[in-house]
Amino acid sequence: MDTTLSAQIVYQRPQSLTEATMHYCPGCTHGIAHRLIAEVMDEMGIRERSIGVAPVGCSVFAYNYFDCDFVEAAHGRAPAMATGIKRLLPDRIVFTYQGDGDLASIGMGEIVHAAGRGENISVFFINNAIYGMTSGQMAPTTLPGQKTTSSPRGRDVETMGYPLRMAELLANLDGAGYVVRRSLHDPKNIRMAKKAIRLAFETQLRGLGFSMVELLSTCSTNWGLSPLESLKWLEEHMIPYYPIGDFKVADALKEIKL
Amino acid sequence: MAKELLKGNIAMAEAAIRAGLEGYFGYPITPQTELLEWMSERMPALGRAFLQAESEVAAINMLYGAACTGARVMTSSSSPGISLMMEGLSYIAGTEVPVVIIDVVRGGPGLGNIAPSQGDYNQIVHGGGHGDYHPIVLAPASVQEAIDLVVLAFDLAEKYRTIVFVMADGNIGQMMEPAELPPMRPIKSEYPHWAVRGAMGRERRILSSIYIDPKDEEVTNYRLMQVWNQIQANEVRYREYFLEDADTVVIGFGTAGRIALSAVRAARAEGIKVGLLRPITLSPFPAPQIENLIQRVKGFLVVEMNAGQMLDDVLKVVKGRVPVEFYGRMGGMVPFPDEILAEIQRMSREDIPLDGDPRQRWMKRLAPVIHWQN
Ligand SMILES: Cc1ncc(C[n+]2csc(CCOP(=O)(O)OP(=O)(O)O)c2C)c(N)n1
Ligand code: SF4
Ligand SMILES: [Mg+2]
Repeated sequence: MDTTLSAQIVYQRPQSLTEATMHYCPGCTHGIAHRLIAEVMDEMGIRERSIGVAPVGCSVFAYNYFDCDFVEAAHGRAPAMATGIKRLLPDRIVFTYQGDGDLASIGMGEIVHAAGRGENISVFFINNAIYGMTSGQMAPTTLPGQKTTSSPRGRDVETMGYPLRMAELLANLDGAGYVVRRSLHDPKNIRMAKKAIRLAFETQLRGLGFSMVELLSTCSTNWGLSPLESLKWLEEHMIPYYPIGDFKVADALKEIKL
Repeated sequence: MAKELLKGNIAMAEAAIRAGLEGYFGYPITPQTELLEWMSERMPALGRAFLQAESEVAAINMLYGAACTGARVMTSSSSPGISLMMEGLSYIAGTEVPVVIIDVVRGGPGLGNIAPSQGDYNQIVHGGGHGDYHPIVLAPASVQEAIDLVVLAFDLAEKYRTIVFVMADGNIGQMMEPAELPPMRPIKSEYPHWAVRGAMGRERRILSSIYIDPKDEEVTNYRLMQVWNQIQANEVRYREYFLEDADTVVIGFGTAGRIALSAVRAARAEGIKVGLLRPITLSPFPAPQIENLIQRVKGFLVVEMNAGQMLDDVLKVVKGRVPVEFYGRMGGMVPFPDEILAEIQRMSREDIPLDGDPRQRWMKRLAPVIHWQN
């Protein structure tokens, strides 16, 4: 009886990621989001025809990590820039990667109109309820009562308004083909997130309109928690406010079995 | 191709299409809107990209993305819209991608009005967006020149990987004149080595305006300045009228230059030795030509449809060596040839001081013209 086992690779860097070491803080979920997108690009074989649009935020250097063509937008303008690219090159896969300040605050106009037009782009929206890059100010997604460096006593909705639920908001628009919210706080949710990323790209490939996956994410550094505590905080505080779910799924997508 | 009666805005739009325009992104604003409307009809019919953006902020960023594909792309707007585009302009400059922008300037500041003006000179020629960058700025004085400059704009933008503005005014945009359009050029079939179009069988490409290490950003700025030096050395354009024996030279661009030409002709008929220098490139500025004139003229008269924005550039060249006078109308008012003629006549009669501020002297003379009450 032969008892030797052949070595089997079960986990490696997706081809769509470069060898560059990521600059994200330890435990930051930006890295997970990058990896999931890259895995899906590999699986779909779209790396060579994808063009990414990076935001201004902690993921400003996303273009260093994806092994595909990339451009870097002004703060919040990624959907407009992606629109320009997609309109010139309709058969390329164009995606943006944006934080909550980028997408839901300064870039609110651009994202709403991209969705409204049914722009055939895919948007990966990292909602970490804070401005990571500028070291922890209040974001439009900061939860009521959440302390940040610009809401030091906690977000007071009387003066600072209420958090924005972007997936729900954009799903209302007729141009949206696929709009869902997922979370990156545990393996099960990460697997669900990956499927959603796949469906977002499928939406674009099939010309079904605007697609967005909102990814609930952590920012341990600016939340002032350990990476593990951050995952718990996300689960306990963010998910009740930002429920995981499908808010818009075009009929043609429902037949896709992954 | 034969001459036809063409409206400036439409002529500029069609000229861009014939220059091989692949994508247009814009937002309606008077007095530029016919340009966008023409694009909305023609571009889709030709299978090219047209999009009415939700704002000028979006339009310029769509243009930015489209330019990254290496295609010929443009937007157009008028003053308040150009103000909104300043963010994108700075990013485009920092990324070194070519774009063409038509500004049909209107009266300001603020909402102002829709009458012709040259009040955007400073915000375009001297930046507006953050950082050091220099767009090429072309100023047509007729519909035909607008057509020719739009075509040239694309060639220059690609040659230098820079922003090229065609700065017209409401007058050029709205006026109808006989003019000839260029033949249709094919869309380009090869794209530049930096274009982001998908990494098919090649290394990935990145287009960005970030150089996080100041050392790299300084090198980038140096490269931008070197390109600008080349542009300054090679691309100055202007028209001269009656300069051979002129002892007084009027300097004016666009519509103001055209009106000044009528005044110069009238003055010549009276025997006054006056000529006109009409800058076509406001940036690079025809400083060497002005410098040459200083040696042999008695004085300059700068005429603009603003409060003397180009005047400052003229003064910088002249450096007090000969008298400079200024005459401008503002806020959408257009000077009549007679007003400029009166200035020329006055300069031929009076001794104009070398010192003092031409803008202050002009304000005193303008006060009764506009019925200013204090
Ligand atoms: C026009 C402009 N305004 C402000 C900034 C500063 N700024 C950079 S990133 C950022 C917020 C980023 O937060 P988010 O989009 O949530 O991304 P995160 O870092 O949390 O991933 C801000 C305000 C900028 N770069 N440009
Ligand atoms: S600051 Fe926050 S969002 Fe940014 S890399 Fe660190 S943990 Fe991630
Ligand atoms: Mg954030």
